[in-house]
Amino acid sequence: MSEFSLLDPFQAATIPLGDWVTATLNFLVHNFREVFRAIRWPIDQVLNGIEFTLQSIPPTIGILLSSLLGWQLAGKRMALLCFVTLTLLGLIGVWSESMTTLALVLTSVFFCAVIGIPLGIVCARSNRLESIIRPLLDAMQTLPAFVYLVPVVMLFGIGNVPGVLVTIVFALPPLVRLTNLGIRQVPEDKIEAARAFGCTPRQMLTRVQLPLATSTIMAGLNQTLMLSLSMVVIASMISVGGLGQMVLRGIGRLDMGLATVGGVGLVLLAIFLDRLTQAMGARSSADPSLRWYHTGPVGVVLRLSGAGQAAGRRKTA
Amino acid sequence: MSHADEILSVNNIFKVFGPNPNMAMEMLRKGADKNEIFSKTGHVVGVFDASFSVKRGEIFVIMGLSGSGKSTMVRLFNRLIEPTSGSIHLNGREITGLSDKALLDVRRKEMGMVFQSFALMPHMSVLQNTAFGLEIAGVGEAERHSRAREALSQVGLAGHEHSYPHQLSGGMQQRVGLARALANDPTILLMDEAFSALDPLIRSEMQGELMRLQAEQQRTIIFISHDIEEAIRIGHRIAIMEGGRVVQIGTPQALINQPANDYVRAFFKTFNSRCQCASLANSAPLQSLSRH
Repeated sequence: MSEFSLLDPFQAATIPLGDWVTATLNFLVHNFREVFRAIRWPIDQVLNGIEFTLQSIPPTIGILLSSLLGWQLAGKRMALLCFVTLTLLGLIGVWSESMTTLALVLTSVFFCAVIGIPLGIVCARSNRLESIIRPLLDAMQTLPAFVYLVPVVMLFGIGNVPGVLVTIVFALPPLVRLTNLGIRQVPEDKIEAARAFGCTPRQMLTRVQLPLATSTIMAGLNQTLMLSLSMVVIASMISVGGLGQMVLRGIGRLDMGLATVGGVGLVLLAIFLDRLTQAMGARSSADPSLRWYHTGPVGVVLRLSGAGQAAGRRKTA
Repeated sequence: MSHADEILSVNNIFKVFGPNPNMAMEMLRKGADKNEIFSKTGHVVGVFDASFSVKRGEIFVIMGLSGSGKSTMVRLFNRLIEPTSGSIHLNGREITGLSDKALLDVRRKEMGMVFQSFALMPHMSVLQNTAFGLEIAGVGEAERHSRAREALSQVGLAGHEHSYPHQLSGGMQQRVGLARALANDPTILLMDEAFSALDPLIRSEMQGELMRLQAEQQRTIIFISHDIEEAIRIGHRIAIMEGGRVVQIGTPQALINQPANDYVRAFFKTFNSRCQCASLANSAPLQSLSRH
């Protein structure tokens, strides 16, 4: 170690931040193994459940079901879009990888919704909590994913479950922010009217605030979905399977074909998910007098089965 | 006035807006006026020492220019705004100082409110909007829908149950607002500039409707307005507010004959000149008729 110098004090005076982090991590790994295993468990269950379901549905059935879902949510053009994107996924030979990626994304979105929506609601109610949470969300969004990949690997190991965890960290913020925003943007006069009629805070939330914030919350969910999709590629570095793995292997081996197939697969999946969730968001802000079961395949089935009855009811409505 | 027909009594109510209202109250008690308080502390005095009572079954109009504290006043009655000091009694029961639960009960059963901006819920049908107060109060679906239908037919909206607010005109939306308040069968109907956002023809139609409903049901109505013609047309008694103070209360006739100050006189001056124009316009065709 050199002499202390005023001109360059950092030769001698340094804070051993790296050592501290290493020590802390080692301590956590040795003493809280059970805690981390407990965190893994629910993610493992949900992920396995979703992946098993998606992988065991034959592609043809999967494409048909998705097209029907698209038709139900947003009409025949959406059905066509779902059909085309998913068929292309099958044709370029990445159906199984796509389903793995889809399972990862859906699992992260599920946990983001479970954590993010309640957190957003609580933030909307308390300015103080919002001022604490906001910088945290900023950090989660701006921190490069590589920085927290290492500690996550040390604490949770490698594989799909830690992959979902880092994806949750990255994809959670927009949902919290937009839930918070949506609830805060509910017009003041509606809130006042609800108070004047004797709403409890709980009734205010379920009858007024959440219904009026739905389209903003759906936009948040759409953002979360898109971010998770981009994150599962980076997470492939900690041995997460699926389309991201194809891209990573392609880069590693300088195999342009493989990387391109993975990349195109991701884009197709992104288009499919984005349009579908945007359609869901548009529905929630659309004409509320049109019931979901009056349109799409369900509407058709209902009309065919109880034709006279249903038609009669619609006329009075 | 006997106590029996007093339904709402307001005693020495103050409302000060700002971070430290108690300090401002202390200054008010020592005789400071609202301008002094605003310049020294930045607190705004919304309502200044208001005392009056509302009789059962009357239409009581609170009138004043914007910023005179009339909208604050009406929100003090159901404590959407907490008064800083003073007391309000409804049917002999003190509203100020009620527990949260008892206050919810008062809002659900005793007071219905109609808003200038209608404040209907866009995600609910007309029927659901009308039944909103009952739903909040935990009334079962069959009963609340039948009561909502009844309220809708009272305001002339039968048959529109399944429309949505955005499909209705302003006048119809406010009818829904009125039906929503009536469906709860409240002791007092609070109307905050309820007709101000409507165009003149619809407004006068709604005023007529309100007077008809009041005559049928003998409901106590507290009506906030900035329109002197509206106040004189529908009000049994009028309270005039200026800068947070209630400057005069009386029947329209009494206010016209003995205005308490120039502010009140100025209100009626505009009214009188407009009335003369109207009566001239009305008399012309009459004269021509009588000539034939």
